[in-house]
Amino acid sequence: MTRSVSSPSRAAASAAAHLALAVLAAAFLVPLLWLVFAAVDPRASLRARPPSGLTLDHFRAVLTPETVFVPVGNSLLLCGGAALVTVAASVLAAYPLSRYTLRFRRPFLYTVLFATGLPLTAIMVPVYSMFVQAGLLDSRFATMLFLAASSLPFGIWLTKNFLDGVPVELEEAAWVDGASAWQSLRFLVVPLLAPGMAVVGVFTLVATWGNFFVPFILLKSPDRLPAAVRVYTFFDQYGTVRYGELAAFSLVYTLPVVVLYLAVSRALGGRFALGGAMKG
Amino acid sequence: MAAVTAGGPRAAALRLLPLAPAVLLLLAFFAGPIVWTVWASFTNAALTGAAAADTRFVGFANFARLLADPAFLDATVLTAVFLLASGVVGQTALGLVLALLARHRSAPVRGAVTVVVVGAWVVPEVVAGFVWVAFLEREGTLNALLGAVGAAPQNWLYTAPMLAVVLANVWKGTAFSMMTYAAGLAEVPTDLEEAARVDGAGRLQVLWHVVLPLLRRTLATTLLLVTLQTVQVFTLIYVMTAGGPGGRTTTLPLLMYQEALRFGDLGYGTAVALALLVVAGLFSAVYIRALRPEEVR
Repeated sequence: MTRSVSSPSRAAASAAAHLALAVLAAAFLVPLLWLVFAAVDPRASLRARPPSGLTLDHFRAVLTPETVFVPVGNSLLLCGGAALVTVAASVLAAYPLSRYTLRFRRPFLYTVLFATGLPLTAIMVPVYSMFVQAGLLDSRFATMLFLAASSLPFGIWLTKNFLDGVPVELEEAAWVDGASAWQSLRFLVVPLLAPGMAVVGVFTLVATWGNFFVPFILLKSPDRLPAAVRVYTFFDQYGTVRYGELAAFSLVYTLPVVVLYLAVSRALGGRFALGGAMKG
Repeated sequence: MAAVTAGGPRAAALRLLPLAPAVLLLLAFFAGPIVWTVWASFTNAALTGAAAADTRFVGFANFARLLADPAFLDATVLTAVFLLASGVVGQTALGLVLALLARHRSAPVRGAVTVVVVGAWVVPEVVAGFVWVAFLEREGTLNALLGAVGAAPQNWLYTAPMLAVVLANVWKGTAFSMMTYAAGLAEVPTDLEEAARVDGAGRLQVLWHVVLPLLRRTLATTLLLVTLQTVQVFTLIYVMTAGGPGGRTTTLPLLMYQEALRFGDLGYGTAVALALLVVAGLFSAVYIRALRPEEVR
C-alpha cells in the first residue's frame, strides 16, 4: 500500500477498511472465546472472560471411556469407514466416467450433481423408516454405509474432476503393452490420483465428523453414539451446570477436524474446492 | 481405447462394473428413500398404533392436512424468514463486504480475517450451537457486554429466538460466501477498475457498475448453494432452541423431525420432507443450469 502515502483520502479509506475488518473479525471471535476460556477456567461460567486460573481438571473429568474415548472411537469407526468407502467407490466410479465414452455419462453426472444439492435432512425420515423395517436401526455398519452414500455424489464429482486432470497417454501406453484396465487403474492411476483421493477422504471425514443429525436419528444405544451425539447428550444433561467440562469436551471433539481441515486447505494451496462442507 | 472397446457385450459390461458399488449405494440409500418419501406421503404410514400394522393409501390427505395445518404454514414462513435473513441477506451481504474489505489488504491482515471467519465455519454445528447458547444466555457474554453500557440482562434465546438462530447461522456460514466471493474478486481484472477510476468514477460507482456485474455468476451460484444449505439447517436450531419457545423457531426441518420421529406420524412428517425436497430440488436444478459445468460434455 505505497499508494496510500500519496493520497490522504486513500489513507483514510484504508484506515476505515482496516477498522471495519477489525470490528467484524472481533465479532466472529468473541463467541468462540468462551469455548477456549471456559475449558481451562477452574470457575468456568457461560461468560467469556479471561480465566481466573489455569486448570486441566475439566479435560481430566471428561477424558473417560464413557464420555470421550468410546464416542470418539465410534466417530472414527463411522467417519473413517465412510471416508474409505467413499474414496474407493468414487475412484471406481470416476474411472469409467472419465475414460470411456458412455451413452449415459451425461445424465449420470447431472444426476450426481443434482444429488449434491439435495438436503440430507429431508431424506432422514424415509431413511429412518427404512432402517426400522430392515432391522438396521442402531447398526453402526449400516449408519457408516449411509454416511458414505451421502458423501458419494460430491466424492464422485470431485474424483472425476481430479481424474480428468491425469493424462490418459500413460494408460494408453500401458494398454498397448498388454496391461488390463484394472492393472492400469491399480498401478498407474491410483498413485497419480493419491492427492485427490486424500482430499476426498479428508473432506468426507471432516463433513461426517461434524454431522449430528444422521447418527442422532439412526443410532440409539449410548455405547454406539459418536462424539457428535455424545457431546450433545452431555450438553442436554449437564449443559447448564458443568460449563467447563462441556467446553473441554467440545474442544476435544472439535480440534481433530480443525487440524484436518487446515491440512487439506494447505495441500490444496488456497485453491478452494470444499464447497458445502460441514453439513449438519 | 481400441484395446478396451474390442470384445463385445461382455467387455462392455466389464467396463461398467466399477460403477456398481457407487450405484448400489446411491440406489439403496438415496434414490430408494426418495421414492419411498413420495409413496409414503400418500399413505398413513406410522411407527406405532393401528396405522403401523395396516398402512393404507390415503391419497392427498396428508397434503390437505399439511396445507390446512397452521403449524405447517408457520414453519414455512419461519423457514423463509430464516433463509432470507441468515442465508440471503446475512451470509451473502456480510460475505461480500468481508471479501471486498479484505481485498487489496496486506497478506497478514487477510490471513487473520480468514482464520477467524473460517474458524467459525470449521467448528462442528453442535459446538457452534453451544457457543451461541453461551453467548446469548441470561448469564452469557452478550449481556456482560451490554451490561457495561447499562442494558438490562435478558435471555436472548427466549426474547428473540429467531434473531438468535439467524445470528448463529450467519456466524457459522459466512466463511463460505466470503471465500467464494474472494475467489471471484481475484478474477476481476484490475485494469478495468483503474480505467473507470481514471474516467472519474467514484469507489461505489466502480463497485456497482464494474465489479458486481463481473461477479454476477459467482453471486448466483453462491446464493443457490447457500439457499440449499440454509433450508435444511436442523442441528444449530435444535441445539439452541429446539424449535421453541412456543414454536417460534420451528422451521420445516424441525417440524419434520417433531412430527415424524417424536410423534411417530411418518406420513405427515414425510409430506413435510417432500415439501422440503421439492423446494430444494427446484433450487438444485436452477443451480445446475446456472453452473452449466464444462465438465459434463
